[in-house]
Amino acid sequence: MKKEFICIVCPRGCHVSVGEDMNITGNQCPRGKTYVENEMTAPTRILTTTVRTIFEDQPRISCKTDNPIPKELIFEAMKVINHIVVDREISIGDILIENILNTNVNIIATKPSRKKE
Amino acid sequence: MKDVIVIGGGAGGLAAAIETHQSGKDVLLIEREEFLGGILNQCIHNGFGLEVFKEEYTGPEYADQFIESFLEEKIDYLLDTTVIGLRKENDVFFVKTSNEKNGIQFFRAKAVVVSTGSYERTRGQISIPGDRPYGVITAGSAQRYLNIDGLLVGKKVFILGSGDIGLIMARRMKLEGAEVLGVAEIMPHSNGLTRNIVQCLNDFDIPLYLSHTVTEIIGDDNHRLSKIKVSKVDELFKPIEGTEKTFEVDTLLLSIGLIPDVTILDDLEVEIDQRTKSVKVNQAYETNIEGLFVCGNALQVHDLVDNVTLESQRAGQAVNRLLDKGKGDLSRSISLSPGHNLGYVTPQRIDLDFKQEFITLSFRSSKKMEKATCKVFQNDELIFEKKLFFVLPAEMETIQLPFDKIKSDGNISVELEVKS
Repeated sequence: MKKEFICIVCPRGCHVSVGEDMNITGNQCPRGKTYVENEMTAPTRILTTTVRTIFEDQPRISCKTDNPIPKELIFEAMKVINHIVVDREISIGDILIENILNTNVNIIATKPSRKKE
Repeated sequence: MKDVIVIGGGAGGLAAAIETHQSGKDVLLIEREEFLGGILNQCIHNGFGLEVFKEEYTGPEYADQFIESFLEEKIDYLLDTTVIGLRKENDVFFVKTSNEKNGIQFFRAKAVVVSTGSYERTRGQISIPGDRPYGVITAGSAQRYLNIDGLLVGKKVFILGSGDIGLIMARRMKLEGAEVLGVAEIMPHSNGLTRNIVQCLNDFDIPLYLSHTVTEIIGDDNHRLSKIKVSKVDELFKPIEGTEKTFEVDTLLLSIGLIPDVTILDDLEVEIDQRTKSVKVNQAYETNIEGLFVCGNALQVHDLVDNVTLESQRAGQAVNRLLDKGKGDLSRSISLSPGHNLGYVTPQRIDLDFKQEFITLSFRSSKKMEKATCKVFQNDELIFEKKLFFVLPAEMETIQLPFDKIKSDGNISVELEVKS
């Protein structure tokens, strides 16, 4: 089956097709080929979201995966992240969940707790 | 009296404040929210900082880089404080502020930097017919509710407008369990960055309806949104009969554009550019009022925060220069305007006595062009050109115009051409 991709490596946004024999057409540079090969075989994404806290003045703290995770695990990862509650002061980069879904990827904070004056 | 007052503590204000403070100026920054960092705080997605830091940060991480240096500099600042008046008398600016604890206060300064960002266009600005129920909200407001306050505004969502915030919110609400039924864009092309179309819509099988718009909003008996009607439009943006679809939704997000927020300048006689919907500035981001500078999204809506930072640093350097060297004779100036295929260009004026090696011109194309050349004409004579690989209205471009190419009189026009 023919598959269509839009390459997002640069603003040109080439429409790249992959034919049944896996030949890649439509990319105007080699980076487009690499992009589509990854998308065909093992697409991954950085997941960014928030976690609950116990702090009244900052009910959510933003977080992300410290490395890309397989695209198909995104919703499962959201379930795990939405289960935890931050109850301590944290800094950017602190690990909130270690090795989520056995991916060897951690969920880390992308915002510090608000400094108390 | 302060040397500089910076209004707004987002990406632009932080950069301008740091730049001026590092050159020894006495600076006060005023922020209306209870925290620094501005809109970056709610932009929790990644993709920030590729230009400035050569790294991919989320919005809060990008902001933190600047908040940390700002705090290290020990610059004076006020949070939770709104500027409610700004005027100038005898070379001194008077900034009137309001704060719950301190009441009304006045601060004086020799120079003011306005980095107040932009606001979102609302339903009223595009006149969608129908009821006026709850559940119609701008994408940026929904983003704040969700990412700062932890409140999901709806469970069945449709999005009008393919601006980046709308696309980012389509993904974000989907991740949090909402059903996102589609995005309608009145233009035949998307207004958002391609990577957002791919990673926010295509990844989650959210349909994008190009050349479509919302033609009716329908509320239920409790004044809550229950349905919207969406139609295809013709080249004149008129709905085509027989193409109507009905979507049952509880939320309609609007992502229909940003407008620079310079309402704070209403009491000053600043010159307005109808194209950017903001003030006209010279190459130092100074308005026609001496000592009054505008930068960041308050000057022109940017796609990338990196460009806001760089622009605001340049504005800060210009403030330093004004305060250190005085104004000089700035009576000799020429005007700059957008020509063929350009939506707008900043600055709108070049002061010839304010010399610098290069002038940064920022502009947007009015259509998608491949292998375009940016040409700068003065009195119909080509004084500079630069090849651009690929231009899109959704992506702002900048070029560096060498100052020594500019002649002492004759207005400048900037154009885009495709070599045939």
